[in-house]
Amino acid sequence: MQLNEIWFLIVGVLFIGYFVLDGFDFGVGMAIPFISKDDIDRRVVINTIGPVWDMNETWVLVAGASLFAAFPEWYASLFSGFYLALLLMLAALILRGVAFEYRGKGETQKWKNTFDWMIFIGSAVPALLWGTAFSNIVQGVPLNEKHIFTGNLLTLLNPYGLLGGLVTLTLFFTYGLVFITLKTEGEVRDRARALATKVGVVATLLAAGFLVWTVVAHFSWLGLALSGLAAVSLIGALLLNHFGRDGWSFVLLVTTVMSAVGSLFAALFPNVLPSTTNPAYSLTIENASSTPYTLTVMTWVVVCCLPLVLGYQAWTYWVFSKRVSRKNIPAGAH
Amino acid sequence: MSTLDLSRWQFGLTTVYHFLFVPITIGMVLLVAILQTIWTKTGDEKFLRLTKFFGKIFLINFAMGVVTGIVQEFQFGMNWSDYSRFVGDIFGAPLAMEGLLAFFFESTFIGLWIFGWGRLSKKIHLATIWVTTLGVWLSAYFILAANSFMQHPVGFDINEVKNRAELVDIGAVLTNIVALNQFPHTITASIMMAGAVLVGVSAYHLKRGQYLSSMKTSLKLGLWTVLAGGLGTLISGDGLGLAMVKTQPMKMAAAEALYNTSKNASFSIFTLGTPDGHSELFSIRIPNLLSFLSTHTLDGQVEGLNDLQAQYVTAYGPGNYMPIIWLTYWAFRWMIGLGALAMLIAVIGLWITRKGNVNLKKWQWNTAIWMVPLPLLAISVGWMFTEMGRQPWIVFGLMKTADGVSPGVSASDVLISLIVFTLLYGVLAVVEFKLLMKAVKAGPNDDLIAETADVDKLTVAY
Ligand code: HDD
Ligand code: HEM
Ligand code: HEM
Repeated sequence: MQLNEIWFLIVGVLFIGYFVLDGFDFGVGMAIPFISKDDIDRRVVINTIGPVWDMNETWVLVAGASLFAAFPEWYASLFSGFYLALLLMLAALILRGVAFEYRGKGETQKWKNTFDWMIFIGSAVPALLWGTAFSNIVQGVPLNEKHIFTGNLLTLLNPYGLLGGLVTLTLFFTYGLVFITLKTEGEVRDRARALATKVGVVATLLAAGFLVWTVVAHFSWLGLALSGLAAVSLIGALLLNHFGRDGWSFVLLVTTVMSAVGSLFAALFPNVLPSTTNPAYSLTIENASSTPYTLTVMTWVVVCCLPLVLGYQAWTYWVFSKRVSRKNIPAGAH
Repeated sequence: MSTLDLSRWQFGLTTVYHFLFVPITIGMVLLVAILQTIWTKTGDEKFLRLTKFFGKIFLINFAMGVVTGIVQEFQFGMNWSDYSRFVGDIFGAPLAMEGLLAFFFESTFIGLWIFGWGRLSKKIHLATIWVTTLGVWLSAYFILAANSFMQHPVGFDINEVKNRAELVDIGAVLTNIVALNQFPHTITASIMMAGAVLVGVSAYHLKRGQYLSSMKTSLKLGLWTVLAGGLGTLISGDGLGLAMVKTQPMKMAAAEALYNTSKNASFSIFTLGTPDGHSELFSIRIPNLLSFLSTHTLDGQVEGLNDLQAQYVTAYGPGNYMPIIWLTYWAFRWMIGLGALAMLIAVIGLWITRKGNVNLKKWQWNTAIWMVPLPLLAISVGWMFTEMGRQPWIVFGLMKTADGVSPGVSASDVLISLIVFTLLYGVLAVVEFKLLMKAVKAGPNDDLIAETADVDKLTVAY
């Protein structure tokens, strides 16, 4: 394999890591208003991700910065092209991050409700936008001969892009609900399980349509295999969830997210941002990449760091592996 | 306004805003780690109280640093895409390293620290805050190395065909002389800032006669920290100045508004009239100081703006290579002046509170409270000096700011984002300030301690 192929893979892996981890955070954020009866319930739900949401979110920074280091042209065209969509995403992520930290620091119910809505919006908007963004990347966007995006926000809101957005929205919602069943006890858990089944069915239908569309439009055997795996594991996850096997259901959903994101990267390869204006203007792993020297340096950094990172993040999940329940929530607010 | 102007306003606004929280984080994480270490070593509950109290203040601030940092990471591509195309091969590397090495440390271990009270053993829990400190400081180093490339590009070659700068020596980029000097300067300035937070908060309670025992301790720690951080800032600032004269002589000339090359150059503390050098009405000058700052000799030659301008025209073609002189002139003075004032207050404070005397007059406490923003302002204007003194370059000598802006982004798009960020940041500033005040006023009370008793309960829950 050549260095730029390796780096396409690394960027893919980093985004998969991001969606596997922050995906359920988004779902948990969306679930708050639906499965909690009172403030203690809401705190139980939020605390399932309390210690980890920040490190999960950091994956997007690392994925983005690695994309910048390895494929500067891709980073430049993508981020300036998707300007307003990214602005929306940033605003949502800011609201979400602040809301997690600040909701507990006020006493009134109004204060908390405001921040709960911010968490909801801050989770749902990125969940939708990521799907839209990635479908558009796979489908291609109008790029001119200098690889500059010539469309606007509406260009991104095409049927395929919107369908992709709805898929990630519902898929992450399901994923978050199953995570909650895995991490809580009592009524919250029962409600999450019941809702996961309902949302999961919608997600399955949307995902089936989207994956078929992707495979037909951008055929590759790898893509087909990954899409198939995504579909099968999603259905399996829903069945297991229904029968109360939270752990396995969650494992299968992880597989779904991994293979679904993987199938998008498979559909993209060897492009990184296809041009719909003229295929010759597309950005590829050839013309978008950094020099072999930079890629070599960065490969060493990744090889040294990533195992360490995975190690201490796994340890963190282990430290906080206990289920959260109402009795864990301290009385006073703070 | 053009896309360029709006993008510059936006980058300036969001970066300065981000850097209001960052110095507090850089300094406070260290002080909290020290306080917790003392508690772990001595078992003295006072230090547990202080750890938790200042830890809470630190966390409220930290949250803002994180969310505003994400914006920074995206902006290079969103607003400065031609810049990103041109330097990405080099500039992306430190950013990616920062993420992999530093941000992961920070964000993982801060979670462990917040939620680990009572779950992790005392020693491991203490280790988590130290690893967070390491992460925060590492991230500062990498981002400064990236910024230093813009001040003084090293370790690269220009690829004419691809029209971009390409990395040839990562070691040179990471040991850029500017980065090596910026890092200690930024870190010590941040430590000074955190010391000021301790002083201000302690003064608030001591003025009201509350929490005497713990607040006396934090006052003393704070005052010494301001002094030590301040001295460190002076020493490292001197080194940074020498590096700057070597790498960007125009900036030093602009810092003094020195138009003509001179030996025995003096340093004006204050000038009345236009500092453009043509109509000086009145000034207080320290003879030979500028020569000394620039060369460490009293009669060293300092190049003037006019000569440098002429040199640059020969080297880079016609154009104006001077930054905005009045701005660099005053920014440099305010940076030094505000920092010096904070140090002075700390020295006097140490003197009048010696032997544990805290019977001070009201105005004396108020002075201590109002000292808090001084280092922060010094840091902000210091950055404005650094960044605006670099103009018209985005990468010194290689690329002009005007050539770095995103070609495909319209002025109206940037106007929208500028408005969104301004409103959002404005509202958040109010919320953040209120929360900080609330946490400060609550004081190091016993609620904070009681929480650790029951292992089954989360000590901190959202
Ligand atoms: C408490 C804050 C503070 C204080 C008291 C000082 N500085 Fe500073 N200074 C900063 C905070 C700062 C900073 C953190 O804002 C900057 C911006 C970039 C950097 O690395 O540090 C800076 C930049 C900066 C630069 C520009 C570097 C460049 O553009 O390459 C110089 C030459 C100095 N400083 C020199 C000094 C000297 C000689 C000082 C005192 C005698 C001094 N600073 C006090
Ligand atoms: C390593 C980190 C940094 C990088 C890579 C960086 C990069 C940039 C870039 C790309 C611009 C836009 C071009 C321009 O107008 O000059 C800029 C401008 C600016 N930056 Fe930085 N910057 C960094 C750190 C900071 C910090 C910490 C501050 C202050 C808190 C700061 C303050 C500014 C300001 C005020 C401007 C506006 C300058 C102008 O409009 O002329 N920068 N910087
Ligand atoms: C000299 C300039 C800068 C320094 C020293 C600095 C340092 C730091 C530090 C210490 C933190 C962690 C503490 C906190 O969250 O409050 C932080 C957060 C962050 N900074 Fe900056 N920063 C600078 C400017 C920038 C710039 C220009 C960028 C854009 C690339 C940036 C990107 C970020 C990001 C993405 C985060 C959030 C990390 C997280 O999620 O934990 N910073 N910065």
